[in-house]
Amino acid sequence: MNAVLKPAACFHCGLPVPAGSGWNVTIDEVPRAMCCPGCEAVAQTIVDIGQSAYYRDRDEYAVNAAGAAMVPPELRLYSNDDAQFARDASSCEATLSVEGIRCAACVWLIERQLTRLPGVQAASLNVATERLYVRWSRAECEPGDILQAVRQVGYTAYPYDAVRHGERLQKASKTLGRQLFVAGLSMMQVMMYVAPSYLAAEDGTLDDSMASLMRWASLLLTLPAICYSAMPFFQGAWASLRARTLGMDVPVALGILAAFFGSVVATFTGRGEVYYDSATMFIFLLLCSRYFELQARRKAASALERLQHALPASASLMAGFPDNRATTLVPAGSLAVGDVILVKPGEAIAADSVIIEGSSALDLSLLTGESAAQRRKTGERVPGGAINASAALILRVLKPARDSTLSDLLKLIERAGSGKPQIAQWADKVAAWFVLGLLLFAAAVFAFWSWHDASQAWPVAIAVLVVSCPCALSLATPTALAAATDSLLRRGVLIVQPHVLETLHRATHIVFDKTGTLTLGRPVLKQTESLGSMTEEDSLQVAAALEAGSAHPLAQAILAAAGEQARAHAQQLQEVQGQGLEGIVDGVRYRLGNAAFVAAVAGPPLGDTAVGMQGMTPLYLGTQGRWLTRFLLSDALRPEARDVVAYFHRHGKQVVLLSGDQEALTQGVAAELGIATACGECLPDEKLDFVQQLQATGAVVAMVGDGINDAAVLSGADVSFAMGSGAALAQAHADTVLLSSQLVSVLDTAKTAARSMRIIRENLGWATLYNLTAIPAAALGFLNPWLSGVGMAASSAVVIANALRLRKA
Amino acid sequence: MEALYLLIPLSVVVVFIALWVYFTASDSGQFDDLVGPGLRVLQDDDTPPEAASPPAPQRE
Repeated sequence: MNAVLKPAACFHCGLPVPAGSGWNVTIDEVPRAMCCPGCEAVAQTIVDIGQSAYYRDRDEYAVNAAGAAMVPPELRLYSNDDAQFARDASSCEATLSVEGIRCAACVWLIERQLTRLPGVQAASLNVATERLYVRWSRAECEPGDILQAVRQVGYTAYPYDAVRHGERLQKASKTLGRQLFVAGLSMMQVMMYVAPSYLAAEDGTLDDSMASLMRWASLLLTLPAICYSAMPFFQGAWASLRARTLGMDVPVALGILAAFFGSVVATFTGRGEVYYDSATMFIFLLLCSRYFELQARRKAASALERLQHALPASASLMAGFPDNRATTLVPAGSLAVGDVILVKPGEAIAADSVIIEGSSALDLSLLTGESAAQRRKTGERVPGGAINASAALILRVLKPARDSTLSDLLKLIERAGSGKPQIAQWADKVAAWFVLGLLLFAAAVFAFWSWHDASQAWPVAIAVLVVSCPCALSLATPTALAAATDSLLRRGVLIVQPHVLETLHRATHIVFDKTGTLTLGRPVLKQTESLGSMTEEDSLQVAAALEAGSAHPLAQAILAAAGEQARAHAQQLQEVQGQGLEGIVDGVRYRLGNAAFVAAVAGPPLGDTAVGMQGMTPLYLGTQGRWLTRFLLSDALRPEARDVVAYFHRHGKQVVLLSGDQEALTQGVAAELGIATACGECLPDEKLDFVQQLQATGAVVAMVGDGINDAAVLSGADVSFAMGSGAALAQAHADTVLLSSQLVSVLDTAKTAARSMRIIRENLGWATLYNLTAIPAAALGFLNPWLSGVGMAASSAVVIANALRLRKA
Repeated sequence: MEALYLLIPLSVVVVFIALWVYFTASDSGQFDDLVGPGLRVLQDDDTPPEAASPPAPQRE
């Protein structure tokens, strides 16, 4: 398990050991080199508390100094007086979330470290949920000490808020697990008692007194299953009856009760059949499917929980910036717009802010689903909840923490949780009628058999009730949609409205906005034309030197095109707002800017010879008396735009481009992507009109836009997608938010929608087929109750397994 | 065959005992973490925490 330790690396954290330094700690009788006094102190602590086995068991280095400050003062924000820690008069308890758990050694190290802390009475770490439960004595210990102790061995811990949602799920799952266990045990044992009657009933070797004993034993063992395990069905049935509807629990509950009471009567009178085995098996198999459903929901909740923890509770405020860089620690909630905060590497950003000093890589994976770290530098905005991965940043707060991007995201997700898609509502309605029909049918079958062959009436009626499977209608559709939604969220697509997948699949027209949706929304250099003696490459370098310090989008495009090569420095730079730049590069004075600005030094403008200039922004480079180069820039298409448009074309959908941009530009983009219908210079109202006209002709319109500018048309469309441009989440009135801002997400969603609909159709088809064959078979007496139970559970299992296929991919 | 008259009631009792054991274990959090204990047995350091000796004085 040992990590491969290079000789020159610090034995504790893996950083290189500076030459000539003498820090070392003797671990397991071998002196090990350390890179700094900090590592030396930590390693010595670990050895001193007798935990050197940590070094044998670890499979990677400890978090190094860049990731964990030694004594973070934020830990002192918590005290024993906080209500959240109260347990009783003398002791406190807390559930902490621990980050950075990687291996068995971690669990062991944290628990040992804490149990050694004076005053700590109990500490246990749950690996699956990464939660640490600690109980400590009020008099001897402070929460800060505990958090610091965890921090000392290289992990981060923070108090776990009472997240009602997660805990409720936990409790529900535990109860269901118990009910499942009881039902399973009961089922297996009852089966043992019933087997003899199946095997020996015919040849008469089972005498009556023995058979009666078996029945009584079965009755006793069925009781826990009925009284405890079957409660969810009875409760569900009762609730739906009180609401004057017929839920799918009604026939289930009725079947269970009929089987049970029929058997009880048979047991007491000693005449007739018993169906204890069918009843318990039925309860067990149905609970199984409920249990899997709950597990799936729990996974979705864990993603939500992770999001809720992403916003830090405190922030380092630099009150005296820029004169005084001292920081004070304040609760994140008290940050006001304009405050300057310091975010150290490894910390999360407390609120949406703009970088005023430093540049760093940020981990935005929670916000966008994008796993690669994103570089951000001075002047750029960063969303709250992003994790600073590499270097310290000084930020100015743009929004209070409670209005941060992440908080908005959470609100959206919470909103997304409520509401049922239409297809599920439809299925519920059908299922209700189905149930009513089924109950009448069962009654009719019972009446018929009572007249025809009274001994068969009871088992046949039970078989009919049990064999029918309205679950496939009522349950598997939501399961399929939940699986699809979950798999999309993991890929950065947040489905807010429940009808999205269904409507998107039905959509006949896909309407795209242009800027920021099909295009990147920022210019790139398309073409360089030499107008004089200077080569294109040289002029690009000169232009890049002039633009080096500018944050203008055109400048960024030039810089990106020039690449990362070392370039000359421009001197005496002057920027004329809205015109261009002037400066000296390699002793020559250049101007870079629009035609009029350059013409002022370069002489009369050239006759315009440019071909394909339409829709491009020209930028000229000139010097005294000479025109040198023309750069043509335009908004670049997203690389995936072509594939996305082609996909929708292939699937027989009309693609439409609506843009507020110039007609020529819009047509250019449409031609490039093969979009037949395009309309430029559209005001937001006109876009909405266009969509409404399409809808009036019976079209189902899906709109993809950028959230803010297109709010009206997005809410007018049947189904809408907003590119999740971080800051604007709250305003996004879209049914779906593309958190990753990738156009390809639309494609993902469309594909998932198609697959979901196919799977739902398969499920519904299967359910119909099954019910159409199984119910008549049961009514005719071909199926006995236990076989019906197997059929019904297998049918549910098929449907759920089919739905869960959507989780993959 | 007469033994069954004893064994079958006994088996019912055993099932109820099993249920009781399961509920007690479940109440004490036995099934809350199904991953950690498996990792914990991998530790071969069996010295109880109290018995761990203070660090040996280092010799130069």
